Amino acid sequence: MAALNNLTEHLEAFVDVTRSPTHHAESLRAIATSLEKSVLSINQLVVEMDMYLTTTDDVVRARGRILLLAEMLDYLKPKPLDNAVVNSLVGFFTAKLAEWRSVRGALTGCLALIKRKGVAGLVTAVDAEAVAKSMAQSVQVQSLALYDRKLCFELLECLLEQYPEAMINLGDLMVYATCEAIDGEKDPPCLMVAFHVVELLARLFPSPSGPVASEASDLFEFISCYFPLHYTHTKGDETSIPREDLSRGLSVDSLKCLKDCAVNYGVSRMKKHYEGIWSAIKDALYASTGTDLSFGLESLTSPGFEMGEIHREAVNLLQRLVKQDISFLGLVADDIRVKMIFDTISRYSRYEEMLDTSKLEVLVVSQILSVSARASVESCNTIFETFFVRLMNTLGIVEKTSSGDLVHNENSTVSTRLYHGGLHLCIELLTASKDLIPSSEEDSSTPESAQQSWCSIVNRFSVSLIEAFTSAVQSSNDDCSADAYLGVKGLLAMGMFRGGSSPVSRSEFEKILTTLTSIITANSAKTVKWELALKALVCMGSFIDQYHESEKAMSYMGIVVENLVSLVRSSHCSLPHPMILEATSEVCSTRPTYVEKMVQGFEEAFCSSFSDFCVNGNFKSIENCSQLLECVTNKLLPRLTEIDGLEKSLVHFAISMWNQIESSVVFSYDFNGREFVEAAMKTMRQIVGVASVDSQNSIIQKAYNVISSSTLPAMESIPLTFAALEGLQRDLSTRDELILSLFASAVIGASPMASFADVKSLIKLFMVSSLKGYISAAQALGSMVNKLGTGLEEACDTIFHESSASGNNTSSVDSSKSIGGSETLLAKICLGFYGSLDLQTRAITGLAWIGKGLLMRGDKRVNEIAHVLVECLKSTNSSGNALHPSALKHAADAFLTLMSDSEVCLNRKFHAVIRPLYKQRFFSITVPILESLIVNSQTPLSRTMLHVALAHVISNVPVTVILDNTKKLLPVILEGLSVLSVDSEHKETLFSLLLVLSGTLTDIKGQQSVSDNAHRIIECLVKLTSYPHLMVVRETAIQCLATLLELPHRRIYPFRREVLQAVTKALDDPKRRVREEAIKCRQAWTSISSRSTPF
Amino acid sequence: MVSGLINENPTVYERKERRVRTDSTNSDEFSVEPIDQLEIFDILFFDFAFINIHHIRDIRDPEHPYSLEQLKVLTEDSVEVDDLKSYVRVTFTPTVEHCSMATIIGLSIRVKLMRSLPPRYKIDIRVAPGSHATEAALNKQLNDKERVAAALENPNLVEMVDECLSPSFE
Repeated sequence: MAALNNLTEHLEAFVDVTRSPTHHAESLRAIATSLEKSVLSINQLVVEMDMYLTTTDDVVRARGRILLLAEMLDYLKPKPLDNAVVNSLVGFFTAKLAEWRSVRGALTGCLALIKRKGVAGLVTAVDAEAVAKSMAQSVQVQSLALYDRKLCFELLECLLEQYPEAMINLGDLMVYATCEAIDGEKDPPCLMVAFHVVELLARLFPSPSGPVASEASDLFEFISCYFPLHYTHTKGDETSIPREDLSRGLSVDSLKCLKDCAVNYGVSRMKKHYEGIWSAIKDALYASTGTDLSFGLESLTSPGFEMGEIHREAVNLLQRLVKQDISFLGLVADDIRVKMIFDTISRYSRYEEMLDTSKLEVLVVSQILSVSARASVESCNTIFETFFVRLMNTLGIVEKTSSGDLVHNENSTVSTRLYHGGLHLCIELLTASKDLIPSSEEDSSTPESAQQSWCSIVNRFSVSLIEAFTSAVQSSNDDCSADAYLGVKGLLAMGMFRGGSSPVSRSEFEKILTTLTSIITANSAKTVKWELALKALVCMGSFIDQYHESEKAMSYMGIVVENLVSLVRSSHCSLPHPMILEATSEVCSTRPTYVEKMVQGFEEAFCSSFSDFCVNGNFKSIENCSQLLECVTNKLLPRLTEIDGLEKSLVHFAISMWNQIESSVVFSYDFNGREFVEAAMKTMRQIVGVASVDSQNSIIQKAYNVISSSTLPAMESIPLTFAALEGLQRDLSTRDELILSLFASAVIGASPMASFADVKSLIKLFMVSSLKGYISAAQALGSMVNKLGTGLEEACDTIFHESSASGNNTSSVDSSKSIGGSETLLAKICLGFYGSLDLQTRAITGLAWIGKGLLMRGDKRVNEIAHVLVECLKSTNSSGNALHPSALKHAADAFLTLMSDSEVCLNRKFHAVIRPLYKQRFFSITVPILESLIVNSQTPLSRTMLHVALAHVISNVPVTVILDNTKKLLPVILEGLSVLSVDSEHKETLFSLLLVLSGTLTDIKGQQSVSDNAHRIIECLVKLTSYPHLMVVRETAIQCLATLLELPHRRIYPFRREVLQAVTKALDDPKRRVREEAIKCRQAWTSISSRSTPF
Repeated sequence: MVSGLINENPTVYERKERRVRTDSTNSDEFSVEPIDQLEIFDILFFDFAFINIHHIRDIRDPEHPYSLEQLKVLTEDSVEVDDLKSYVRVTFTPTVEHCSMATIIGLSIRVKLMRSLPPRYKIDIRVAPGSHATEAALNKQLNDKERVAAALENPNLVEMVDECLSPSFE
């Protein structure tokens, strides 16, 4: 009932003409929404409108009854309606067309109904006919207002488009009505629709004796008076179309229209217009082509210049005409400008030396000829016979005789002349012709003779052409990329002929590959030439793969792939190693078989370089190894999904890495830097990460075997007792260190489904090595406790329980009380009961990673760990000994490890078990503890470190959590900001905490508490505007101050002076960005102060 | 007030493409970036988008809805600045010789710079030589501290200056 009450209100509003249009629109929308949601049915609406139906006031009746209903229908176009409803509505509106007061409503209604699409509720053809009839008979279009006229034309347009059959039935009536409607129309938007209506009519009644034909003279009279169109564009009128757009649009349309003519009128009728059309096409092409020819890498596979819409249409038209009638080509061939091209070409040798007009000639004629050649085999033959041979003569390219030798005539001393313009034309022609070779399936259906002509011409010249292009590339130097570009593009064009009937023989194709490969291998620096050749090879590789050219694939494999792969394998090569790797990985990614070959080559290269390093101490080799591994990680792994079979090859690669390490028993030399180990770890981690569970198991199994062959198992026997742990040093040999790091990486990348043979000894190994200071071992521990299924209890027992059971008697009295609590050995080391400082900090870091693993899977034991870490933040431990500052710092950083997302391990890529909301849970556990400790902290250091820890927790939790607790958190955030700002060491932490604060300032949830704490916030921010250690802190602080202006005036006004002082000081900041912010902020704060201080 | 516009049909120039700073990715935390010509020009013209980035904040010619840059009253070259000596001089060219609005334009420039530059700066505002009938008097007036201070005590004048500095919606 409430809906109905509202309805009356909305109806009132809509009918009242005195209200504003926005008001009307609003009430309309309200009613439409309720109709749409089916709260209200159309019937109900009609009943409710009863009063407006019977009123004697025409205005109200017209608006209320008809327009409302019509607009409603417009809104409801997508809603399915009952056919009967639609039918009765159409009838209603049709009847109302006769009443001039309600004509707008009736028109809108009809239009809305006719435009309906879809299944439910369509207007029937009979109804449509009735609408058209009523309209033709009773609506005097030209006597209506502008908007209504437009509606009329649109209605006609719709009727003609959607109900052509019904309109044909009406015949004369329709044509007559249109004539009458258009006569005298002056408004351009209406005319645009009207012209379309005429077009539709003509299409509907094509017969020469039909209604349109009989009214043709009238129609012509009405329409012709609008031509020629006068363009009266007023300056600054943004709604109208600018002149250029209009002329471009007209050109495009006329070219399209000519193409349609060519299609429909046929050769005989078009023939007499050929000359006119040809000159028009030429004009369009000359006008729409620029003179910039790009010699860049990106245009190797494209035309190399910009192509507008006019250009495209002109090209289409030309192609169409040539395809339809070969005699059109006569016009092209006889054209003086086309004929002149050979003179132009031979006048300049370099493209950049040409005048702009000559450049234009070359580009346009190349286009014309290549487009004509592309049209059909026949036209291609003609073009090649007429122009290609001549072009070859101009360029001095000789043909070979039937015996295969080159013909050397008396001019043989004159060598090939590499005119850029000629080469461009030649490449365009070759590229055009290559599309004419039918793909192998259609091959049999095409008569061989049809394509022989151009093919044999290309074939006759192919050897010399390839030579010419090769010499162009080879003669190029670094200053001029045009030679290299044209040469490579030419070779590419020659290499892209498909199939067995290709004019380029296999040996010639191989020559192209050899040339391009030699460019790659000969250069010692990354030049334009090098990049072009590589791209061309990649293009050819993917072309071969795309068209399944098995013969060419073999050549490619033999010449390109094997050559490059052997370069990767050999350590002595002029080409820098990263460039070989880049070229190889790009080229080989084009086909799975190449990938296999490449990874094999990589394997061998890795093994030989690695052993070269181990035996001879060649540091160059180990550097090559690192680069090779980086190539695998950065180039191959990201394309895993694109390249079939890559995963298998990579797993094989990982296993050979292990094999090689296993067999290199003696490491006579130390690694120079950590790069190799880092690269190897990254590769191992990622390969394991993407491998299937079975492959993971085999890698881990292999790794386990290698471990057992090393001295590492000895570490497992180290009892986890204080006495044994105290003396631990980073004393592993280089080899063991490598093995340990790689094994840890494999464990980090493994999925929860992978199986580990001996969890207990593994955990012990990682425990000991993490206490020795190997972070990756700690991360592996974290990953294991995160992913282990049934082995988890055992693992945790090993980590926490057993360590104290066999521990020192002095403290093991009630060790069994807690699992991960402060009584275990690990906890005691963390708290500094025994051992050196080094051992203590390593234990804290290790504990953090273990805690992270447990936290992410939602294990309760993380609470105990958090407890231990919090204890470490107190300045003294339970026995009263002071903790070392470094231990405190590590404990504070442990909270960052726990809360932040790691790139290296424990993320989705490495299959971590992640419970939702784990950060929130940790936040709610630790924040209250940390807060209370801060209040009771004994020393400034401990207080600072507690704040650092808290800042890590706060700034890593999702911001919504902060916003829910703004009231409680704001004071401690502010205190944290002021504590952290003392020392430059905490600048990053300070910045992330400041970002949290700035997040609370703008949010509606935090507004009340921000307002309550305004004085403290401003005080804190004012201090930070001069924070010397980090620019972004100052910048953000000033932005925050500006944001605070959104608070109620009375809250902030008192701080005006203070803020302005601080910001004025910031106007002199050394950094420009800060000054800019300060100007804005100062301006904003000045504007709230009184008029008496304008600056 | 003056009835009718002093310069009814000013020449409007196209805005010059802005010089873009090339060293914007200065990664050194502690290097100093001195205030330079472009920065002053940006202060006077550039969109220091505040709150709503679509408002372009320019000083406007009090008579016309065009900005001073469009009227070539100010160009980038008309700004001289020496950060070490804390000195800036802005030379502007009124659109016509007897433009009575020159004072208010000069005052607006001065106020804008006073609000945006550190207090250590000495600001010198000048009319381009030969561009105004009462050049000497005008220069004296614009650089007389007390007269400027007095002018800014006048609420009507301050309102006019603020109007000039208000964002123009383009």
